[in-house]
Amino acid sequence: MTDTTLGTSASLAAAETLESPARRAWRRLIRRKGAVLGLVVTALFILLAVFAPLIVPYDPIATSWSLVRKAPSLQHWFGTDELGRDVLARVVFGARASLLAGVISVGIALAIGVPLGLLAGYRGGFIDGLISRITDAMLACPFLILAIALAAFLGPSLGNAMIAIGVSATPIFIRLTRGQVMSVKVEDYVEAARAMGNPRWRIALVHILPNILPALLVQATLSIAAAIIAEAALSFLGLGQQPPAPSWGSMLNAAQRFLTSAPWMAVWPGLAIFLVVLSFNLVGDGLRDALDPKAR
Amino acid sequence: MTAGPLIELEGLRVTFQGDDGRITHAVDSVDLSVANGATLGLVGESGCGKSVTSLAIMGLLPKQSAAVSGAIRFDGFDLLDVPDATLRDLRGNRLAMIFQEPMTSLNPSFTIGDQITETILRHRGGCRRAARERTIELLRRVHIPSPEKRIDEFPHKLSGGMRQRVMIAMALACDPQLLIADEPTTALDVTLQAQILDLMRELKAASGAAIILITHDLGVVAEVCDEVAVMYAGEIVERAPVDELFANPQHPYTVGLLGSIPRLDRRTSHLATIEGMVPNMANPPAGCRFAARCPFVESGCTQSPPPLAMLSATHASRCIRAPLERLVS
Repeated sequence: MTDTTLGTSASLAAAETLESPARRAWRRLIRRKGAVLGLVVTALFILLAVFAPLIVPYDPIATSWSLVRKAPSLQHWFGTDELGRDVLARVVFGARASLLAGVISVGIALAIGVPLGLLAGYRGGFIDGLISRITDAMLACPFLILAIALAAFLGPSLGNAMIAIGVSATPIFIRLTRGQVMSVKVEDYVEAARAMGNPRWRIALVHILPNILPALLVQATLSIAAAIIAEAALSFLGLGQQPPAPSWGSMLNAAQRFLTSAPWMAVWPGLAIFLVVLSFNLVGDGLRDALDPKAR
Repeated sequence: MTAGPLIELEGLRVTFQGDDGRITHAVDSVDLSVANGATLGLVGESGCGKSVTSLAIMGLLPKQSAAVSGAIRFDGFDLLDVPDATLRDLRGNRLAMIFQEPMTSLNPSFTIGDQITETILRHRGGCRRAARERTIELLRRVHIPSPEKRIDEFPHKLSGGMRQRVMIAMALACDPQLLIADEPTTALDVTLQAQILDLMRELKAASGAAIILITHDLGVVAEVCDEVAVMYAGEIVERAPVDELFANPQHPYTVGLLGSIPRLDRRTSHLATIEGMVPNMANPPAGCRFAARCPFVESGCTQSPPPLAMLSATHASRCIRAPLERLVS
């Protein structure tokens, strides 16, 4: 923090390099090895998912009776599965289902959770009580169990799995938003905003929301990792991506019958899940440190 | 301009309902008025109700827990009676407030320019570019160096004194008729206090706004105010023009306050203190609220609450033994 020398030329020079909080957080994020590693691996998987058809020469759903459960080779780097499909192609195309499920279900959770949390935290009183009790009830049920129940209720499909995971992740966002709003709304600058004649909705959206975004960003990143695992679990149970479309979870399900005879069928999708989840968690942890206002 | 007071508080009473059902009388039948362009100092120790009074004027007290009664007349409006939308239109526009803590009263997520521009756009409308130009002009008026550059800075880049200047610029954004400054210098160190006071005096002369200055610092009052109201335990105990109050205090509490200021021109080994504690406002005493600490107390003091009696046309004191000259030998 600079002091009263603000008028001097030295501090004016410093003022040339205006730094927004977002840019400062970015600079601190890329100083961390773990976070950078996570970012790189995440970016790699996103590229794989986007350019999947350009990367692998095989169709992920084309079966071949002559290639059933072949070990990794030069033609099929990751081997083939029980229907003769190329495992590499299925892992790469499976990234689409996993990443999409992670991002969309967290998007759903944010879209429902943040407005409700804002409402509960800012208005308080009866509305807060109502929303909080419903949240408590949902949190009493384990995340995965709730997602499985909802997915089973909605019917098996990737879209329904995303909705189920998103709804199951919502209470965390409601509670986080509510708590953050309650701590920010007593800040002096919120009082100052009221003294400036701002209406309530504007204070909530314009003055409070930006100040709780860092916490939401961290939670969203970590939740994507949890949602990817949840999607894999649902697909493993047959409640997510439907065959023959590839998904890491359903690949693991198919692989469990051949664990000893064709371990590569399980290793590669398992490794993919591990890597993606780890990197999202690394990015999330890095963001948490980078956005921590107490760290200088 | 001299037709009537700009703002008039009549019988303002604020009570807080505690969670345990206890009722705290934070402000009790306060009558005040400020004329256009005048500066009123509201003085008293922590917890005497000065900040609550200002928040009541701004309509910023929490509705669930605070009960406000009486009347606050501002330029034809009764602020306690107008709809919320009208109050919001007045706040920041014709009524503005400078807060005590410059370090926490600016939103860390926005540049200072955005925060001032927002207020201008909210009340004045117009285009963003014009508002930005006005913001730069305001920053220049509060003596922020190179405002064209500073306008895009985030609050964490500024020192406390700079932030308080930004707060003042924000309060002045729409040329308010009444400016409430709640201890604007308390959080700053002494040299900055002097600068901010100079600035306020200068701005007052330029803008003609009426100011209610809330402070516990009598030195500040002596420098900037025209009139002073001394508050004790939720009541106004003395009201007088500033010179009169300093020269001829007529309430024992004011006498005690003045006696406890260190002075360079008198050698004393001990500063005078006011013995005792502020009464518990959940259960205020029946008579004079200062009686328990008053050196001049007599039997009449504890029987019924003393009225605020006019000693002259401009000087009022809530002490039944005033004038006090004859008591001091």
